[in-house]
Amino acid sequence: MIGQAVALQSDVPFPPEVGDFYLPSIVPWDGLNSLWFTKITALVWISTAILIIFFLTAYRKPKMVPGKAQWLAESAYGFVRDNISIEMLGAERGLRFAPYLASLLLFIVFNNLWSIVPIAQISPNSHIAFPAFLALISYVLFNYVGIKKFGFRKYMRNSLIPPAPWFVLPILIPIEFFSTFLVRPFSLAVRLFANMFAGHMLLLVFTLGGFAILQANAKLAAFSVLSWLMTIALTLLELLVIFLQAYVFTVLTASYIQGAVSEEH
Amino acid sequence: MDIAAGVSGSLAAIGYGLAAIGPGIGVGLIFASYIQSTARQPESSRMTLPFVWIGFAVVEALALFGIAFGFIWATGS
Repeated sequence: MIGQAVALQSDVPFPPEVGDFYLPSIVPWDGLNSLWFTKITALVWISTAILIIFFLTAYRKPKMVPGKAQWLAESAYGFVRDNISIEMLGAERGLRFAPYLASLLLFIVFNNLWSIVPIAQISPNSHIAFPAFLALISYVLFNYVGIKKFGFRKYMRNSLIPPAPWFVLPILIPIEFFSTFLVRPFSLAVRLFANMFAGHMLLLVFTLGGFAILQANAKLAAFSVLSWLMTIALTLLELLVIFLQAYVFTVLTASYIQGAVSEEH
Repeated sequence: MDIAAGVSGSLAAIGYGLAAIGPGIGVGLIFASYIQSTARQPESSRMTLPFVWIGFAVVEALALFGIAFGFIWATGS
């Protein structure tokens, strides 16, 4: 009996670790440890497929009076175009960048949503690789747009030399360089990654914590129920964070583009 | 020296708790200012909202770095 309890106790790995994010391979390629096709990979493919198929079917036969799917697609795209793109970048440039920003927002939303969808329960964005690549795209994009508009020298001058007295420039230029070209992509990636990572970790702590309490002492069952109720509350918080972080990533990308093309600092 | 009482566990948790104070205050200030400005001038609420989110994101980044680095440096010593 005691031996069984100990065995059960070891079944719940209580303090969740970073290792819990490395899921086993679904299809082992060569050797069990080749993680080329895991749940994470599958979820990214599925969300990409959903996005592409949804928008293709919603816009197959656009009608004057939109149906449900068309309405959903139009309001998602319209939200990004009007409330983010045009508002931050102005009417003409806003329209040009709206498709990219819309696909960015929706891609992040769909990938984040996996963190609270039952069975999936983990977001691909809780692995740094995906946010890092999205941030890299935004980084290349805003630098490219700025260089294309002003040329390399003028762009560098615009973004590195703020209008300030000459004697503070030796301090300001390194700070500007550091914040614009090093911290921006890094914080963009880490923000999304850490939010998803922490969200998954929190849910793990409260779900597994409930089981750990139950197994430590059956009399404390009320507390495990409390812990699971917390899981439900945190799932709702997670839902908020999912949309918020996608919005923040998109708004920041738009604001970096705006900063790169604006004449004055 | 005899140790009368001891605490075991990760110091990173305490460090992160301390690190979260600053961003906590900062995020609070941002939303407080937004609420105040909206109360004073309701028609400006849409105009200031993007800046609220940008400021929130920039401030919150520090707290999130704390989470990430806590795990990165956990194996240090």
